[in-house]
Amino acid sequence: MIAHSIFFYTFSIIAIVSAIMVTASKNTVHSVFFLILDFISISCLFIMIGAEFLGMIMLIVYVGAVAVLFLFVVMMLNVAQQKNQWFSSEESSKHIPVGLIISTLIFVELIIVIGGWKYKPDLFDINNSIEINYVSNTHSLGQVLYTDYIHIFQISGMILLVAMIGAIVLTFRKRVGVKTQSYIKQISRERSDGVSVVKVESNKGVKIDD
Amino acid sequence: MEYLSIFFDQVYKILFLLIPVLVSVAMVVWLDRRVWAFVQKRQGPNVVGPFGLLQTIADALKYIFKEIIIPSSSNKVIFILAPIVTMTLALIAWAVIPFSATQVLADINVGILYLFAVSSLGVYGIIMGGWASNSKYPFLGAIRSAAQMVSYEVSIGVIIINVLLCVGSLNLNDIVIAQQNLWFVIPLFPMFVIFFISALAETNRPPFDLPEAEAELVAGYQTEYSGMMYAMFWLGEYANILLMCAMGAILFLGGWLSPLEMYPFDLVPGPVWLVLKILLLFLLFALVKAIVPRYRYDQLMKLGWKVFLPLSLIWVVLTASYLFYFNLLPVN
Repeated sequence: MIAHSIFFYTFSIIAIVSAIMVTASKNTVHSVFFLILDFISISCLFIMIGAEFLGMIMLIVYVGAVAVLFLFVVMMLNVAQQKNQWFSSEESSKHIPVGLIISTLIFVELIIVIGGWKYKPDLFDINNSIEINYVSNTHSLGQVLYTDYIHIFQISGMILLVAMIGAIVLTFRKRVGVKTQSYIKQISRERSDGVSVVKVESNKGVKIDD
Repeated sequence: MEYLSIFFDQVYKILFLLIPVLVSVAMVVWLDRRVWAFVQKRQGPNVVGPFGLLQTIADALKYIFKEIIIPSSSNKVIFILAPIVTMTLALIAWAVIPFSATQVLADINVGILYLFAVSSLGVYGIIMGGWASNSKYPFLGAIRSAAQMVSYEVSIGVIIINVLLCVGSLNLNDIVIAQQNLWFVIPLFPMFVIFFISALAETNRPPFDLPEAEAELVAGYQTEYSGMMYAMFWLGEYANILLMCAMGAILFLGGWLSPLEMYPFDLVPGPVWLVLKILLLFLLFALVKAIVPRYRYDQLMKLGWKVFLPLSLIWVVLTASYLFYFNLLPVN
């Protein structure tokens, strides 16, 4: 039990410190690296409470894919050289009230949810239909995800699909005059299309198109 | 005291796993160079030790005694962290590889997800190295590798789903035992081919070695590295290749199972079979390096997203419907 709490406090301290460093560090790329550290320690916490599937999925999805794309964008924008002016500039201090309001809202929501969960458990009618003791974490997740919560699951998938298509539509532009390779064109090319025998008259030359 | 004894017990086991892995990484580098040479009708490294077996150790010694140069404009902490991350990630994944039914360091429930997660974290070593060098070629290499590795991970993930549909468990030992009658390479052969090619791309091996394409990017993300730090990148890369081979052997070639459950075959212990299968896959890796020219970048992306991803997704539907129709779904 002592070892358990030592690990718990280690991971949670790392998680909180790195979460603070995400906002406080001056270099944007460093912020992303701290975010990754945060994700990793959160997934360690997930594994510690026995939710090993969620922990691994957290690593694969957030650290392995989302944060890579974050880094990709941050590096491409070359914001690494710019300093974070958050604490010094006059301009950005206008945004502080908005941020405060949003974070207070999230904090209040968390308190309501956790307080309700703690003191009114009958409001949260979950996990009653399955026996958690005999099946592994992954199995029990699969049992409810595709039966009780199939509609929510499908709808969230659809939302993600729409968001993806929307992002593609917004950023896609067809460039003209770019030479690209078309396998079908290359394969379906025949000798009669490409080669023709021309009789060249002297002092006239041949007209070459393209 | 109790904790201490558990700790030393585990450290002993870990060392017993890691030292053979590191030695075999050194041997495998030699094998790779040797196969490459034989394909090109050369001799390859054959001077240091018998058949040149100690060549890699000589190289590593040379790297250790070289000066480590850290570029003055680089981001020093991340620059030094990058090879450490690569090496560590390549080694920690071996914790879940089962060498026989009992010989496994951590027999966890979600072993295959752990392997997949660790191999998808491997991209960070490269990105960190490329960015922290603060130089153009490493940065281009890092950006190429980020896009490439994320793309091919997707198809590897879908291929793993194919195997999991046939097994019904995420535990690596269960995956091996499920192949007792029939190795998955036979029913899922197209997936094995796609897995092999994606593994080539995931480990930045030729023909997908665009992150380090020496003709255009000097050496990609490793350009600014020298001495021991370069050697760590290099060894980490080979440890990763061995890991992908082990993953292929476990998912498709029956892991530590012997090919036939018959008299002469079952005398050979399980770990030997696993090592033989890893070596077989590694020989394929080495041959591909020697005989295939490098892909162009747009072709690489097209292959990943427009060929492999749809093919493996269609195969998931096929496998699922086959298993469902013939009532073969593993339900427990």
